[in-house]
Amino acid sequence: MATPVTHAVEIRNLHKHFGKLEVLRGIDFAVDPGQVVCVIGPSGSGKSTLLRCVNLLERPTSGRVILEGVELTDPDVDIDAARRRVGMVFQQFNLFPHMTVLQNVMISQRRVLKRNRAEAERIARENLEKVGVATKCDVYPGQLSGGQQQRVAIARALAMNPALMLFDEPTSALDPELVGDVLAVMRKLAEEGMTMLVVTHEMAFARDVADRVVFMDGGVIVEDGPAAQVIGAPEHERTRGFLRRVLDPTHTGE
Amino acid sequence: MTDPSKTAESSGPAGTPLRRAGLSPRKKQRISRIVQYVLLVAVVVFLLARIEWGSLAANFAKPEVAAETWPEVFTVALKNTIIYSVGGFVFAFLLGLLFALMRLSSVAPYRWIAIAYIEIFRGLPALLIFLLILFLPLALPGFEVPGGTYGQGILGLTVVGSAYMAETLRAGLQAVPRGQTEAARSLGMSHARSMITIVIPQAVRIVIPPTTNQFVSLLKDSSLVLFLGVTGDYVELTKFGNDLASTHANATPILVVGVTYLLVTIPLGYLASRLEKRQGKGR
Ligand SMILES: Nc1ncnc2c1ncn2[C@@H]1O[C@H](COP(=O)(O)OP(=O)(O)OP(=O)(O)O)[C@@H](O)[C@H]1O
Ligand SMILES: [Mg+2]
Repeated sequence: MATPVTHAVEIRNLHKHFGKLEVLRGIDFAVDPGQVVCVIGPSGSGKSTLLRCVNLLERPTSGRVILEGVELTDPDVDIDAARRRVGMVFQQFNLFPHMTVLQNVMISQRRVLKRNRAEAERIARENLEKVGVATKCDVYPGQLSGGQQQRVAIARALAMNPALMLFDEPTSALDPELVGDVLAVMRKLAEEGMTMLVVTHEMAFARDVADRVVFMDGGVIVEDGPAAQVIGAPEHERTRGFLRRVLDPTHTGE
Repeated sequence: MTDPSKTAESSGPAGTPLRRAGLSPRKKQRISRIVQYVLLVAVVVFLLARIEWGSLAANFAKPEVAAETWPEVFTVALKNTIIYSVGGFVFAFLLGLLFALMRLSSVAPYRWIAIAYIEIFRGLPALLIFLLILFLPLALPGFEVPGGTYGQGILGLTVVGSAYMAETLRAGLQAVPRGQTEAARSLGMSHARSMITIVIPQAVRIVIPPTTNQFVSLLKDSSLVLFLGVTGDYVELTKFGNDLASTHANATPILVVGVTYLLVTIPLGYLASRLEKRQGKGR
């Protein structure tokens, strides 16, 4: 492990194939501690796959993923231990439907971190408070709105004290009026200094919150830079075309 | 197809030429219903006239013989039926879960073993399995099924039930969305931990209605314990009814036993369909 711990996560020449389909074609980038990086790009460009490669839900075909100086792509790494350092928030929330909200946030603290009940419950309540669903502790996920479910999912990930949080289109499955609550929680997290890698179509969020924006298309990074530049004054025609379609969806003409 | 108003009325199979003078579907239906009622009445009248009710009652519903079954039909026979079928169900469930997990394993030989087991024991008649168990001590000298008679009966039902249970549980495990495992793994749970804590509990909930039906079917199959040559305190309902029927040369005990089965199986079947409906709404 000669790599100095300067980056929270570093990705080097990452490739991912699904059979013949080459979804990631050489990705290189890094996220520094405390940085918020938003990944944007058209559907099918490989954004989710990239995120899932970062915590090895998807095994990269080749290339390296280095988290806090530990190479996750090393075949002998303790992947479960490494994953504890990375929280993930899914588009479909993926709360555990057979457990109450409090149990959802406690279960992996108890089973994985072996925290005792009292401590796990205290941390769970703290995090639920933080995301604004503290009153829903004893309710089952099915009884919550999408926005509340997603905030519970964020609390569940935070309770593990991750060094990095991954968000895969966390607001795409929400009714429009619920998007704001979830984005507000993410904004607060960013202000508190959480390192975040966010796949999103919320350009306003990316522009305001992200330190950097990465535009992906066809399995490669086309553009990577400060939010104001990539969204405000993109260099590449592909980025411009994409932003035109996203920011003004009624104008379909190129 | 020159008359569109007729086309709408005709119910003839596609392609057959339409007959203008035919009856309307509504009239046809009415005639058909009348014919069915007439047939029903005719059959009932025929049976009422032909059956010798006295002899039937004397053979199937003789109060003195029915009284003879009391109270052992509940205290011994039903109790044993429940012991055999609950025992068989519990072990079939555990063994079924094991084979379902093996069936989904990433280790190919585990999958092969599970497939072989499931295919073999789903394909064999239950009676054959009980006969095999009867001959087991001959094949394996010195071997004895633990638990004696109960053990043998439970083993038989375990083998009969486990192959079906494995398939049901496999379907249940596969019905748990992938996102559940991914969420668990992303929280640092190992594969085994996420199965035990997240996937299996949800799969079990999914399969409760079909496994209730499987329990009913095991309860009925427990009648095959008859062929293990059980006696005395170990008889279950069917053997009990059969023995008493032979003693009295009268079928009443079989009727009593039949009613006893239904007392258990009908409510369970009803429960299963209720659970199924509730789950259909819940998910
Ligand atoms: N498990 C898989 N097996 C096969 N192909 C896959 C798999 N996962 C993703 N793909 C394919 O990889 C490509 C990229 O998928 P990915 O989900 O990463 O795109 P995305 O940028 O997240 O798109 P979206 O904005 O629609 O979520 C798609 O063509 C998809 O069909
Ligand atoms: Mg995606």
